[in-house]
Amino acid sequence: MINIYEVNETNKMVEQENLDVRTITMGISLLDCIDSDLDVCLDKIYKKITESAKDLVQTGEDIAKEFGVPIVNKRISVTPIALVGGAACKTVEDFAKIADVLDKAAHVVGVNFIGGYSAMVSKGMTPADELLIRSIPLALSRTERVCSSVNVGSTKCGINMDAVKLMGEIIKETAEYTKESDSLGCAKLVVFCNAPDDNPFMAGAFHGVTEADRIINVGVSGPGVVKTALEKVRGENFEVLCETIKKTAFKVTRVGQLVAKEASRRLGVPFGIVDLSLAPTPAIGDSVADILCEIGLEHAGAPGTTAALALLNDQVKKGGVMASSYVGGLSGAFIPVSEDQGMIDAVTAGALTLEKLEAMTCVCSVGLDMIAIPGDTKATTISGIIADEMAIGMVNQKTTAVRLIPVIGKGVGETVEFGGLLGYAPIMPVNPFGCDAFVNRGGRIPAPIHSFKN
Amino acid sequence: MKKTIITVVGHDTVGIIAKVCTYLAENNINILDISQTIVQEYFNMMMIVDRSKSEKHFATVAEELEELGKEIGVVIKCQREEIFAQMHRI
Repeated sequence: MINIYEVNETNKMVEQENLDVRTITMGISLLDCIDSDLDVCLDKIYKKITESAKDLVQTGEDIAKEFGVPIVNKRISVTPIALVGGAACKTVEDFAKIADVLDKAAHVVGVNFIGGYSAMVSKGMTPADELLIRSIPLALSRTERVCSSVNVGSTKCGINMDAVKLMGEIIKETAEYTKESDSLGCAKLVVFCNAPDDNPFMAGAFHGVTEADRIINVGVSGPGVVKTALEKVRGENFEVLCETIKKTAFKVTRVGQLVAKEASRRLGVPFGIVDLSLAPTPAIGDSVADILCEIGLEHAGAPGTTAALALLNDQVKKGGVMASSYVGGLSGAFIPVSEDQGMIDAVTAGALTLEKLEAMTCVCSVGLDMIAIPGDTKATTISGIIADEMAIGMVNQKTTAVRLIPVIGKGVGETVEFGGLLGYAPIMPVNPFGCDAFVNRGGRIPAPIHSFKN
Repeated sequence: MKKTIITVVGHDTVGIIAKVCTYLAENNINILDISQTIVQEYFNMMMIVDRSKSEKHFATVAEELEELGKEIGVVIKCQREEIFAQMHRI
């Protein structure tokens, strides 16, 4: 039987170390909402979402109460809208109307984000894909909860450089459209390589076409729990360090698995996956950068950071995989800048640069995430940064992503405040040298060879 | 069996266990196990109870126990056993 020490350990994780279930995300397929009449299509989308997710928020709250573990977010991901709206949408405004409906549905069911205003264009763009991408600035500026993502590359197909070029422009345009709120729109826009179909985390969540009609995916969290566990093994060797991370990741993931199964049962929606990611928040003690410091670095970004992050990421996966029957999504350590107090401190101290962050993305779960850059950064430079990040994902057969925020009207040394889970960030300098001729070539980068691995 | 874990933490005082047990008895909730320690004058108790014969909804029991805790000056939490079993048992 459970003993008092085990009970106290679990409750201490929740009360003092910020253990929580970060999100229950319901994936909803909108493929059956496709119609050539836009009004019919909008109506079907609204009905499908509000009916499917009507009990989502309440169920999440009930489960949180019964188990005594906070479930921070309840969210929805939908089929990439470029596929759903392609038949009906003839203009940018048409697509933005779908965004309006998604936003309205999100408000009605009470979720704080709805993801899937997306296009999958790793090899080429259909007219609908391009139209959706061009509508992103408009859609993100006039909705509150809609999140957008565009997949521009994959290991199997290579990188669509036309889309990379376009996304540089779209990110700038989104920043301009939302400049009144410090270019907040860009915080809801992700560019992916190898985007997973079942990611529960925003802003990059969408419900892939390989998925069932509806599905429950859960994202756990717990950087604070890992950090506290590591405090007890200071000075010990790497074997002890890795064992400790693994055991902690196991415990954290078990909570996610339990919540996912319970939510799935109560909502009558199949359980999809648990995403093992260590997801930080701006709260003190809920930081991935602090774990890196606990491993032995003065600041995240110091020499040794990439190695420390590589081992952390790997041990989190090794511990988590055993704890859940289905693992998916992004599953690793997130290193967003604005959402992690330790990362913010590292940037402010001058320890962490954009280039070091890029190196870190080679070994962690996602990519250049929530990084504020000067508002006058050229679109081609943003495209160049995206291309670099996509190349890392393509060659290493992993998901990489870029979520940059060129803050209009602000420059290096200033700070931008997004509020809530999105946090705040010092604006980081970008390499000033141009890459226009490279980005403007057009076409695509071929898929890499899958042999001669060296 | 609907196993539930009740934890009580706070400053030690007379009658904490009595009050919690009285509430449980009144609501037909059976106590399976109790362990209790005092750490630096802090009262720390864990009970494993079975509420399958109780007519009250989980949320109601949890809220009423929380209220009772406030009256006594301790924090009472009520959680389903699975959260601990999942985390600490393979």
